[in-house]
Amino acid sequence: MIAQSMTPTLLTQLNALTGGLFLLSTFGVIAMRQVLGCLKMFILQSLFLASSALLLSYYHSSLHLLAVAAITLVVKPLLIPYLLRRTVGDKVTSRREISQVLNIPTSLLIAAGLTIFAYFIAKPLIAYSGAGGIIIGVNLPIGISALLLGAYALTVRREAVPQTIGILSMENGAFFAGISIASNLPFIAELSAAFDALIIALVMGILIRKIHERVGSTSVGEMKTLREV
Amino acid sequence: MNNKILFNLLQVMVVMAFSPLVKGVVDRLKELVQSRCGPSIFQPYLDIWKLFHKDEVVSEQSSWIFRFTPYMVFVTPIFVTLLIPVLTDYPLFFAFMGDMLGAGFILALGGFFATLSAVDTGNPYGPMGSSRTRMVGLLAEPVFMTVFFTVSFVAGSTIPYIVQKVWIMPLSNFFEPSHILTMIAFIMLIIAETGRIPVDNPSGHFELAMIDESKGLEYSGRGAALMKWGGSMKFFVLVSIFLNVLVTPWGLAQGNNLGEVLLAVPLILLKIFAFIIVLVVIESSFAKLRLFRIPEFLVAAFITSVAAMITRFL
Repeated sequence: MIAQSMTPTLLTQLNALTGGLFLLSTFGVIAMRQVLGCLKMFILQSLFLASSALLLSYYHSSLHLLAVAAITLVVKPLLIPYLLRRTVGDKVTSRREISQVLNIPTSLLIAAGLTIFAYFIAKPLIAYSGAGGIIIGVNLPIGISALLLGAYALTVRREAVPQTIGILSMENGAFFAGISIASNLPFIAELSAAFDALIIALVMGILIRKIHERVGSTSVGEMKTLREV
Repeated sequence: MNNKILFNLLQVMVVMAFSPLVKGVVDRLKELVQSRCGPSIFQPYLDIWKLFHKDEVVSEQSSWIFRFTPYMVFVTPIFVTLLIPVLTDYPLFFAFMGDMLGAGFILALGGFFATLSAVDTGNPYGPMGSSRTRMVGLLAEPVFMTVFFTVSFVAGSTIPYIVQKVWIMPLSNFFEPSHILTMIAFIMLIIAETGRIPVDNPSGHFELAMIDESKGLEYSGRGAALMKWGGSMKFFVLVSIFLNVLVTPWGLAQGNNLGEVLLAVPLILLKIFAFIIVLVVIESSFAKLRLFRIPEFLVAAFITSVAAMITRFL
């Protein structure tokens, strides 16, 4: 009896913990200076996404969330970083200093503001959630803030690889919020979302490599004009 | 009542007796990680013993502050020890004299006097190092405040003895995101406040790169011994606040008899040893940050503590 009444609270706390660490690793994507550090933070974020899917599958006892967790685990922390590193090449990924529009303390403080904003815009949405409120109340704002933070990373970074990681972490945030509010999403949609991210990573990686070969740098912030050959 | 006073004093004795040992173990472990032999773990005791038997040289130009500071640095951690749980689970005699904010203020008072004395002698390295320490302290302050407010708001109290029970009653509270994030932020705070590696190198001997160590450069003899001892006690106190209030409030004495309280001594040492291993891993796997990168480290700590607050209250 006690075990049964304890399990849901422990489970919701673990879910909230995964959410908190997910949020922290999203901040990490913004805070990191090195390209590889950025990528490592993205890997961490994807691992937390996968473990959140695992916890939710246990909570709803749904098999296809388990499949989602497995796909996420294979695609995001393993396949995407591998593909990015293979296609982009070591010359770009081993860069230590990457340029930003704002310095890191300022952009982190703005990111904190964005997170608070995400909590406020999620509040009216949570009010509509019925039964699963305790999970949605935690996961939806964190997902929205990861979405906003990814978009923010996309705007402040000037280099192509961190921008790609920004897009991918945006996608992670949307996914994180998505599996919490719609646990019965058609399986095919989730499968396609996962492969979409894979294709994004592949295409961007090849594009970055081409840009690097042509121009000699990947700081797309400075490429403003078209040049005729 | 008498017991509580006795235990409170015992707590102070434990902190005074074992804090150099903790420093020795940290140094030894770091040397072992670098595959060197390293000094004995009792070396800090020998250093302090040696310094107490040496003559003290005090500059003629310095004022009373220079002579007064070692006692201040030595006494402030002892006062904090009276307020925090080191050995027992229940509040002791002086526990309600001050809360965690008070403990922070008392520790800051010692730092304030150390800064003044570094400026006092006119040694060029002293003011440089102390102004850097002030910078780190200034940036660490918002982290401390946010952690403190989050923790005390959750517990509904600012007395550390009451706060420590909230995180484990029931046990699932331990896994609350705000708890874990607060822990991460506090580890970063301890690293910054005690001058550990990503922020400062405690074993560096190059004056231009010093942050925390340069405050004690001018001291010799008894003054140097007190500064060293006080510094290691400050580390012990911060770590035991972290372990006993925030992370693992287990293993503290619950009963009121002397045997149980004495049994808590090896347990707290064991917990500190586990923490030291984590600290040594952190210190060995990072390089020292450049001075102007330190704000980034502390902003990261601040963001972590803010995330802890957001996930709990919004």
